[in-house]
Amino acid sequence: MFETAEAAEVFVVELADFSGPLDLLLSLIRDEQIDIYDIPIARVAEQFLARISTLKLDEAADYLEMAARLLRIKAQMLLPRREGEDAWEDPRAELVRRLLEYQQVREVVDLLEKLSEERRSRFARAYLPNPVVPPPTGALSFSLAELLGAVDRVIRIARKPNIHEVIPRALDVDGAIGVVRAILAMRAKAQWTDVVPKKAEPWQVLSVLLALLELAKLGELRLDQPRAFAPVEISRDTSSEAA
Amino acid sequence: MASNIDEPSENVDMALAELRDHYEQDGHGVELLEVAGGWQILTRPEYTEAIERAQLAARPQRLSAAALETLAIIAYRQPLGRAEIEEIRGVNAGAILKSLHERGLIDVTGRGEGMGRPLLYGTTPTFLEQLALRHLEELPRADELAIALRSPRPALQNGSEQQQEETQQTGA
Repeated sequence: MFETAEAAEVFVVELADFSGPLDLLLSLIRDEQIDIYDIPIARVAEQFLARISTLKLDEAADYLEMAARLLRIKAQMLLPRREGEDAWEDPRAELVRRLLEYQQVREVVDLLEKLSEERRSRFARAYLPNPVVPPPTGALSFSLAELLGAVDRVIRIARKPNIHEVIPRALDVDGAIGVVRAILAMRAKAQWTDVVPKKAEPWQVLSVLLALLELAKLGELRLDQPRAFAPVEISRDTSSEAA
Repeated sequence: MASNIDEPSENVDMALAELRDHYEQDGHGVELLEVAGGWQILTRPEYTEAIERAQLAARPQRLSAAALETLAIIAYRQPLGRAEIEEIRGVNAGAILKSLHERGLIDVTGRGEGMGRPLLYGTTPTFLEQLALRHLEELPRADELAIALRSPRPALQNGSEQQQEETQQTGA
């Protein structure tokens, strides 16, 4: 028991490290390498009390409740058992069950943590769960005066709208038309990736897109997509039927 | 996604598979995943930092250990009430249940039979979405976990009684 007092002094942990009394108890059992099915309850109760006072947890009701529970089990263990009494129930059984159950929860926590960490590193545009259809409600009843009063309040509360000025970013469609024409002057067919510069900025991509559409409209080229999501083919030959 | 479309479901599935392969093979920054009974387009993990650097999106807040414990319990025991959660965790759960509910991860799914007809909680589709799970069955079954809830060691019932008496004597 001398070791206990020493260990308690050396052992400095923060409250945030434990998510509850069961967590603290489990860490105690792990540190002391105790068999969970055969807990030396007197020693563990003493250490638990020492820990919650050094951790300044002794005002936390949840930890105090566990301390009281441990002391009660300790007392029950000390009660003499009659010789030949067959149905002796280990007073520690319930605690062991709870500790195992809690350990299982911690295992699931590790799993959930891993999954949510993986998911946190991916972005989605949004998530819309299937809409829940609200139960039908009865018709509202109110007078015209109430309605007008409400409208009046809303008008008074409503602020002036925020008006933003949107400045368009210049696109270089003419430049892109020049590039596409130059490429098609050299070869009869080209692909989207041939006409868009590598590591293109969004404005460049948009410029090329508008240029292609403009040239297609003018009949200078033809755009084909053999199937959905396939790469777009750009061809000089506009003689066959228009797309 | 893909829940309210007037198309035979096999057509939708085929189109989704095609889109998924397309994202897979043509070197796209996104992939198509089956999630929470639907489909979702997600950016690939290797681009997380670039996306955050460009301030296009921010990662959601991490869940605390206490929140994860509570979620773990609800996921495996639902529907269940606050008292059962507190019994398993040994800690008051009110504040955590409130914040999990606010984040849309759990919802009230009914009322219990017991005293005061307690609210019963369950996980939501958003919970599945936040873990990129297709359905709850994708989590390991309780008996597949390393620490399964087994009955106490047989030794405790038979042989160890003397051993217990010994420890008891030395303890006393």
